[in-house]
Amino acid sequence: MSGNISKIETVCSVKLPIGETLEIKRNRLAPADGAEGKKRISIVTGIHGDELEGQYICYEAARRIKEQPELLSGVVDIYPAMNPLGIDSMTRGIPGFDLDMNRIFPGTKNGAMTEYVANEIIKSLSGSDLCVDIHASNIYLTEIPQIRINELHRDTLVPLARLMNVDFVWIHASSTVLESTLAYSLNSTGTPTLVVEAGVGMRITKAYCEQLADGLMNTMHELGIWKGSAVKAREPIVSGSDDSVVFFNAPKAGIFIPAAKHWETLEKGDVVGRIVNPLEGEIMAEIRTPEAGILFTIREYPVVDEGSLVGRLLKTRSVR
Amino acid sequence: MKKINIYELNSLYREPMRVEGYEYGEGEKSVCVVGSMRGNEIQQLFACSKLIQRLKQLEEKGCIAEGKSILVIPCINTYSMNIGKRFWSTDNTDINRMFPGYSEGETTQRIAAGVFEKIKDYKYGIQFASNYMAGSFLPHIRMMRTGFEDVETAKKFEFPYVVVRNTRPFDTTTLNYNWQIWETKAFSIFTTSTESIDAVSAKNAVKGIERMLNAEGVIRSSIAGGYHYNSQVLDDERLISVRCAEAGIYENMVAVGDEVYEGQVLARITDPYEGTLKEELVSPADGTVFFLHNAPLVYASTAVMKLVVE
Repeated sequence: MSGNISKIETVCSVKLPIGETLEIKRNRLAPADGAEGKKRISIVTGIHGDELEGQYICYEAARRIKEQPELLSGVVDIYPAMNPLGIDSMTRGIPGFDLDMNRIFPGTKNGAMTEYVANEIIKSLSGSDLCVDIHASNIYLTEIPQIRINELHRDTLVPLARLMNVDFVWIHASSTVLESTLAYSLNSTGTPTLVVEAGVGMRITKAYCEQLADGLMNTMHELGIWKGSAVKAREPIVSGSDDSVVFFNAPKAGIFIPAAKHWETLEKGDVVGRIVNPLEGEIMAEIRTPEAGILFTIREYPVVDEGSLVGRLLKTRSVR
Repeated sequence: MKKINIYELNSLYREPMRVEGYEYGEGEKSVCVVGSMRGNEIQQLFACSKLIQRLKQLEEKGCIAEGKSILVIPCINTYSMNIGKRFWSTDNTDINRMFPGYSEGETTQRIAAGVFEKIKDYKYGIQFASNYMAGSFLPHIRMMRTGFEDVETAKKFEFPYVVVRNTRPFDTTTLNYNWQIWETKAFSIFTTSTESIDAVSAKNAVKGIERMLNAEGVIRSSIAGGYHYNSQVLDDERLISVRCAEAGIYENMVAVGDEVYEGQVLARITDPYEGTLKEELVSPADGTVFFLHNAPLVYASTAVMKLVVE
């Protein structure tokens, strides 16, 4: 490969108390003739330190580009670790602050250290032709590769999401709380940003990662950033209105034993799973579908409280 | 005093989590006070226990006004307190980011909904609150600018300060914000500490609540001691931050409440290995120390102090 297309850069740094500096880094992959005037995609992951699927996706995207650098016609900025301390310490939020990093954007220049970092990240990503923020659910739930879009940004983002080789595009209602996410901050200031959810926390699901790496290469190809061949994106299911998804919350505390398979089409009345009590050897509750649909989220972590989410179903009648 | 069940959540292997309340008087839902919602809010729980004792005495003396009722909920999150974890024991979510709650939703949404249903119709709502920054505050009443905030009533606690701040997106799911939206006049009380007990500060807070209840005609009491200030109303944005450029071992040279002058050394940061001075933080103006970082280590770019400048 050509040695000069890949440049590791520091986005921002903060001194830690004892013999260490926190650095957020990106790898800028650019054509040999430079980045000036070129289209730019930013691939972001690791805002939540327990979501690791994006690690393999970032590696795979960089590897593919570096194998054939002459086919790169735009700029690819890869940010694999927005919350490096979280990734290192198996912590979802920012260690030391117990703070969800995806609730502090756009941050402020003069705020706490966390808000300063958030602000520097926004400055670095702003102006990208597309930003893709890769998440991996959490340690409790497994997700089919999907893109989530705030209904406010539907018109801009759905055509881009269709390029990403995901199985599902979920258009959800707007919520004030989500205004402090990276995606909302960027979308509302003119940088189109897709939020990918795939797999499960603390694990790498290789098949999903390769599917999404294919999607990124296809998206780059369509945006004029990558001249190489790309796998044609699969046609995703796009959710309809906001009531198109059924949430299954545990009616009882216990151990959740799934009965249905992930991404399985279920009929009305099918069993999604059971909640059992190991002490008594009893079934506490049986969770059934209220109508036909596809199970796109399934509980991974067995212990549930009353109310814990155990699955989500996209209603068949809502599929476009 | 009546002890009542506010909400109950079953668990697989623990006793059910019971949210309990203490009710005084009968009639109009006048005042609701909420203590700890997070597992580390020890001072908030302690202060509530002192309030519960005091209201019991007042009720026994017939000092609760006729037709008025008061509810105190000392703790909404016993599960997290009992295991020393700040947020919800299983999924690490924050109950104070779940209001008004959703009874069919996830666990902490259900807790928030179950509690809010019982407390949303009170005329006044008071919460013993805590901040995520490691530090000490001057005692103050804090409120969000929602259009429903009532600064004049906040002054009736006779605390040194009433701080008003603008609402941010994540505030919309806090108890205080939702109380206001449901037309309860809401006040957050910050005493000096969270994870440790400051008995004097807790006592002052109880006296402050007593003063406010007295002024609003909910109780009839003669109050001695505690704060007795003509509260200064501050806009949060007008507090001046003192920030450090260096990281290392942190040592305050002043205490919360100290009057400081321009150029005075407020704190020092030293090298954690060699003990050499890395940074001296000096006061940018004459003022009073309102907030103070009190952890022994500090990151660079931290707002370690906030000053009230006259």
